[in-house]
Amino acid sequence: MKKTTIWGIVMRMILAVLLILMVMPLVMLCTNSLMGKREIIETCGAVLSDYGGKAQFRLFPQYPTMRAYVRLLLDSPEYFAAFWNSAVIAGGVVAGQLFTAVLAAWALARYDFPGKAALRFLYMLLLILPFQVTMVSGYLVLDSLKLLDTYLAVILPGIFSALPVFILSRSFAAIPKEVIEAAKIDGAGDFGIFIRIGVPLGRPGIFSVVILSFLEYWNAVEQPLTYLKTESLKPLSLYLPVMVKGEVQTAFAASIITLLPAVLLFFCGQESLEKGIGASGSF
Amino acid sequence: MSGSGKAYLFLLPNLFGTVCFVLIPFLDVFRRSCLQAVGSGFVGLSNYCAVLENKAFWLAAANTARFMAVCIPLLLLLSLWVAVMFQSMADAGHRKRRGKTSGAWGGRRKNGIMAISRIKTGFTLPMAIPAASVVVFFQMLFDEKGWLNLLAGWLGFAGRDWLNGGCAFWVLVVCYIWKNLGYDMILWMTGIAGIEKEQYEAARVQGAGGFACFWYITLPQLRATAYVTALLSFVNGFRVFREAYLLSGDYPHESIYMLQHLFNNWFVNLDIQKLTAAASLLVLATGIFLFAAGTLARVLASENRGKRRRVSTSEHKGKPLHFFVNSGESLPVSAPEYKGKLHKAEELAGHGEKPADTGKRKRRKGRKDS
Repeated sequence: MKKTTIWGIVMRMILAVLLILMVMPLVMLCTNSLMGKREIIETCGAVLSDYGGKAQFRLFPQYPTMRAYVRLLLDSPEYFAAFWNSAVIAGGVVAGQLFTAVLAAWALARYDFPGKAALRFLYMLLLILPFQVTMVSGYLVLDSLKLLDTYLAVILPGIFSALPVFILSRSFAAIPKEVIEAAKIDGAGDFGIFIRIGVPLGRPGIFSVVILSFLEYWNAVEQPLTYLKTESLKPLSLYLPVMVKGEVQTAFAASIITLLPAVLLFFCGQESLEKGIGASGSF
Repeated sequence: MSGSGKAYLFLLPNLFGTVCFVLIPFLDVFRRSCLQAVGSGFVGLSNYCAVLENKAFWLAAANTARFMAVCIPLLLLLSLWVAVMFQSMADAGHRKRRGKTSGAWGGRRKNGIMAISRIKTGFTLPMAIPAASVVVFFQMLFDEKGWLNLLAGWLGFAGRDWLNGGCAFWVLVVCYIWKNLGYDMILWMTGIAGIEKEQYEAARVQGAGGFACFWYITLPQLRATAYVTALLSFVNGFRVFREAYLLSGDYPHESIYMLQHLFNNWFVNLDIQKLTAAASLLVLATGIFLFAAGTLARVLASENRGKRRRVSTSEHKGKPLHFFVNSGESLPVSAPEYKGKLHKAEELAGHGEKPADTGKRKRRKGRKDS
């Protein structure tokens, strides 16, 4: 490929168009969040609540203002209650996974033991099955533990999901055997090897699991929908769509604030996220 | 303590949770799937029959299957294409840096690599955006009075209600691809980055073009990546329920009425018999599928080991190229051994010598002069 051919230019143009389409939703959410009440109702009222007429498209607001954010901050305590619920759920799941999934993944990646193949199969199966299949069983056990309609109802089953084990065991398996042999010769115990070698070398994998799990549970819809009934316990992912219908003027600002923690975390850990995801794909 | 004992100790916290929250309750679900609705009379397989006779079940199953069958290949191909594009752009940037060649692209971009990593972020960012946030945008876009119909109006087409017609399926496809393109792209890019650059250089010396390089070097070595990427795309395919639910609620248009909707509605209506029976069926089906896929992968890997297939490329720039492509190396490839052999073969081929037969699984690239 010494010369850039016409074909190459066409390909790059398609790529550029694709890129614009990919970032479009975020850009539109941002710009629309800066619209005043009147402008929002003018452009989006027709769709989001029944103001009649048709939607209008404006890439930039005519009169940019932070009004929507101010209103959201001062006037909607329910929104922040929901925000807190989301934070508790996502934080709880991530913390729990850090403890359990990392250990389990280390065992699956680094030890040979009877029943390993069966366990791998089990985790794969749990990875593939959609939430709805285990919904009833989860409900039954949470009911008998009297945990329904509490944060724990979402957090506890979330901790034991299979995806972190899958990703982590891949990135632990990538640690060269020689390093571990060397540590053994130096007299490190099994747990010492895990703490001193496994955790530091598997750090990109662990970071990426933290980020992916946070994104996953910040975004959780099915689990809270099934296990939480009290309105005041519902996380943002369920509260936001309700709110959008009620208050058009803050809809976009609320969406932006909702995605902010997830996107910030994504940017902070982007590099290790890519490494971790990549490690899960290579054998 | 023995090694396996320690392994179980590491596994204990997670396994305990999994057994408590998933396995034991699931056995209970299985038990209930054979019981009556009221009381606890044993009814055998009649709940299963009820599920299999249920029209909604077949509709949902067919929709889910159709969704997966359309989305996964589409996503895999698109993300692979994007990944290859990025890789070739990055390579061009590197070559420019080393001052070997300069394409039109390289000339314009000083910090090409930086720019590429920023563009990459544009593709991966959607996976961080929660469904609840972006659903507002999708509503604005696809509503009957929304932006897409506005655009259609400008272009002189008749608008339509995208969410409440057969198009709802394609709306969901778009949502799925938008969300997962970045994730799959990363997987592919890691796979591509693992391929030795020397292989491409050797092939280029022999006159192979970009496409030949891709087809005979990149693709065969991405098999393992493809397997995992397809698996994870499948897993993520079920998560599209979120967008579907937030966009259209419990009972969407029948073209996107998925198994997830059906299960959810049975759950809400306390139709426990059907729900438990269907859940058991799905676990069984997935288990069989997984087992079959695993066995197939293993059989293919062992069958192809040591076996070489000769594939000749199409003519390129007037010079016929012949590659001996090792078709086998499907799943676990032991990298160092593999790379070492490859290296030797290329040195031989690269220097225009006759490729000597030195190994059982060696890849050779010899040029046959016409």
